[in-house]
Amino acid sequence: MVLNSKIPEGPIQQKWDNHRFNIKLVNAANKRKYTIVVVGTGLAGSSAAASLAELGYNVISLCYHESPRRAHSIAAQGGINAPKNYKNDGDSIWRLFYDTVKGGDYRAREANVYRLAQVSGNIIDQCVAQGVPFGREYGGLLDNRSFGGAQVSRTFYARGQTGQQLLLGAYGALSRQINSGRVKFFGRREMLDLIVIEGQARGILARNMETGALESYIGDAVVLATGGYGNTFYLATMAKYSNGTAIWKAHKKGAFFGNPCFTQIHPTCIPLSSDYQSKLTLMSESLRNDGRIWVPKKAGDKRNPKDIPEEERDYYLERLYPSFGNLVPRDVASRRAKEMCDKGFGVGSTGLAVYLDFADTIKRNGKEWVEEKYGNLFDMYHEITAENAYETPMRIYPAVHYTMGGLWVDYNLMTTIPGLYVIGEANFSDHGANRLGASALMQGLADGYFVIPYTIGDYLASTKFPQIKPDHPAFKEAERNIQELIKKLLSIKGKQTVDEIHKRLGKVMYDHCGMARNEAGLKKALQLIPQLREEFEKFAYVAAWEYKGNGLNWELHKEPLAFEYVKPSTRSYK
Amino acid sequence: MNFTLKIWRQHDRNSKGKFVEYKASDISPDMSFLEMLDAVNRDLAKKNEDIIAFDHDCREGICGSCGLYISGRAHGPQRGVTTCELRMRHFHDGETIVVEPWRAKAFPVIKDLIVDRTAFDRVIQSGGYISVDTGSTPEASSIPIPKANAEEAMDAAACIGCGACVAVCKNSSAMLFMSAKVSQLALLPQGHAERKIRVQRMVHQMDKEGFGHCSNTYACEQECPKKISVAHITRMNREFIRAAFW
Repeated sequence: MVLNSKIPEGPIQQKWDNHRFNIKLVNAANKRKYTIVVVGTGLAGSSAAASLAELGYNVISLCYHESPRRAHSIAAQGGINAPKNYKNDGDSIWRLFYDTVKGGDYRAREANVYRLAQVSGNIIDQCVAQGVPFGREYGGLLDNRSFGGAQVSRTFYARGQTGQQLLLGAYGALSRQINSGRVKFFGRREMLDLIVIEGQARGILARNMETGALESYIGDAVVLATGGYGNTFYLATMAKYSNGTAIWKAHKKGAFFGNPCFTQIHPTCIPLSSDYQSKLTLMSESLRNDGRIWVPKKAGDKRNPKDIPEEERDYYLERLYPSFGNLVPRDVASRRAKEMCDKGFGVGSTGLAVYLDFADTIKRNGKEWVEEKYGNLFDMYHEITAENAYETPMRIYPAVHYTMGGLWVDYNLMTTIPGLYVIGEANFSDHGANRLGASALMQGLADGYFVIPYTIGDYLASTKFPQIKPDHPAFKEAERNIQELIKKLLSIKGKQTVDEIHKRLGKVMYDHCGMARNEAGLKKALQLIPQLREEFEKFAYVAAWEYKGNGLNWELHKEPLAFEYVKPSTRSYK
Repeated sequence: MNFTLKIWRQHDRNSKGKFVEYKASDISPDMSFLEMLDAVNRDLAKKNEDIIAFDHDCREGICGSCGLYISGRAHGPQRGVTTCELRMRHFHDGETIVVEPWRAKAFPVIKDLIVDRTAFDRVIQSGGYISVDTGSTPEASSIPIPKANAEEAMDAAACIGCGACVAVCKNSSAMLFMSAKVSQLALLPQGHAERKIRVQRMVHQMDKEGFGHCSNTYACEQECPKKISVAHITRMNREFIRAAFW
């Protein structure tokens, strides 16, 4: 199969305009004849479902949570980019485009990124009109700050809760459409399979998590907005429900997976403190605007940070990158922190942390100033670590935070399966090998508000759809397969909990597929993961060894054991 | 640390629930309350017993999924934190901790500690937004908003919709939750076009869902993990009266 990115003709500035003119439109009166299934209600999913319903399409919206408002977009803290150039500091669509392509290590599609930069300004207009309370100047106009890897101030923010406010804006728009009846919403549903009929994505199979029933949802197109797969690492900043199942099931049905290796490791997370920990907590990298990162110059220096004099501290980012200083892109900041710790300069009880110090800023601007800007982050840090960051520097360490990889999509955001669209973090499209700060919210909303409502119409208008009912064999077969899978998983009766297996998988991923990767490590991971899987799936088996010749390793053959009459359990002779 | 837990167990919406006692041993003071429950669940799973169901997701205090009534306090003894952020260091070694779901007519229990809070969604659906279609918006900076108003709107908008205000209220009132949204949108010029119809519809829906009324005891503000002020209830009342008379 030859991948066709369908990038429109013409100079980059005109591609999106040309494309919007050239694509087919669905007549306003005909839109109500189409149904679109949107899975996920984060920024991308909510904004897409609302915008498509506003256009007149019937939308079925599903999410894992009870309410659309709980999707993990809500946890994004720092901000959202748009080149409005309000600060008069030389920003432009071209600069945001250039920064994003360069920041992505030249592995993103130029045409997509340019479109993203173009529509980003409209997103801010949209959100302000919805009542999103962005930070403002005393004159009443919108404020901007500089953020992760940008030399201009183009980031709009709502304190440290920008993701929450943008999601609540999109949730409001979605709620309005639910109220109007054009969106049918189903909460506590987990997508367990994609239904492809005659080569077209025509619906999904989902599990009602309250009743356990499998349910079919039929549409003319399916949009996945289910986020990334960072939880394969177990310890990540992802929410516990962000499990990656939906895109994985779609991948198994034939959608190509783009750049799965591109995982973002975020530099400013609260370090791991022990092995019971269930997740890592991110602190907005906006902290790097005013905090200075350092380690002691002497390896293994365990003194209290206050007792380490200025000349014995190594502000390594300022030393290595004089023009960007502490604001280098995320991948660079993370890699340098890991290197410092690997060389023994790390701080804290585990040695896996570097300092992020606000002492200079507090001296310069006062504690109140810092409190107003970062108060909630300092509180969060205090609650987790029981340390007061106004008095002692924070300790930070990189953690898995975002996946740039995802399902492959063309310029229209359609996968290799006709009728299956993927938006937001779940697709691979716009960030190349590294995402810049405040770009995830931008991409999620760009896809949902301003891209998919146009591009999906082209497909609907130019495709014929056979009538399909829930008793179609494709749905019945998928239901059978999923039933069997669930039965199989529930009948394993293993000795380890799912969490324990997941933790071990995460450790393999972290050790061999994390920030530093090499051939030997990756090959090792490729051995370890199937072993783990086997342990999970076939807890009881007969080990039969085959002699392969002198000096050669024996080969293990496994006969799985099924227990129908005796229920396996922990043996007890009490 | 070691704890005795008395946890509400209820099989589904229609069954009768009861308290069941569990031991939580070797708990680190740095564990979050949910990580402590994870540990209890791990032991239950190994004994092939039904694990304790509780809602959770982000585990960093922003999604609003978690919410447990811990020894008579919504989200436990600490002010301004959610259950997932609450650390075990705030409890005494050997303490008996009683864990219940939110109790309110409008929040029926689904299983164990999980309640159905979709009533909140229906209140928002009835009008808790500004009606604006995608694309039909003016330039973002065309309407200046005084910083103080924007900040106050943000204070209100910080609500995570967890439902602690309802759970702690003797009337099971949703006034703090609802007023936070009404107040946010009333403080912004963008929200003014619909201010009358918004508050009327939302109050109507709130009544329909079976939430009680406010009798000014302010437990909601005390227990709100985001410290939303009851001043928003005052503003909502003003909006409601204004809608009736002007």
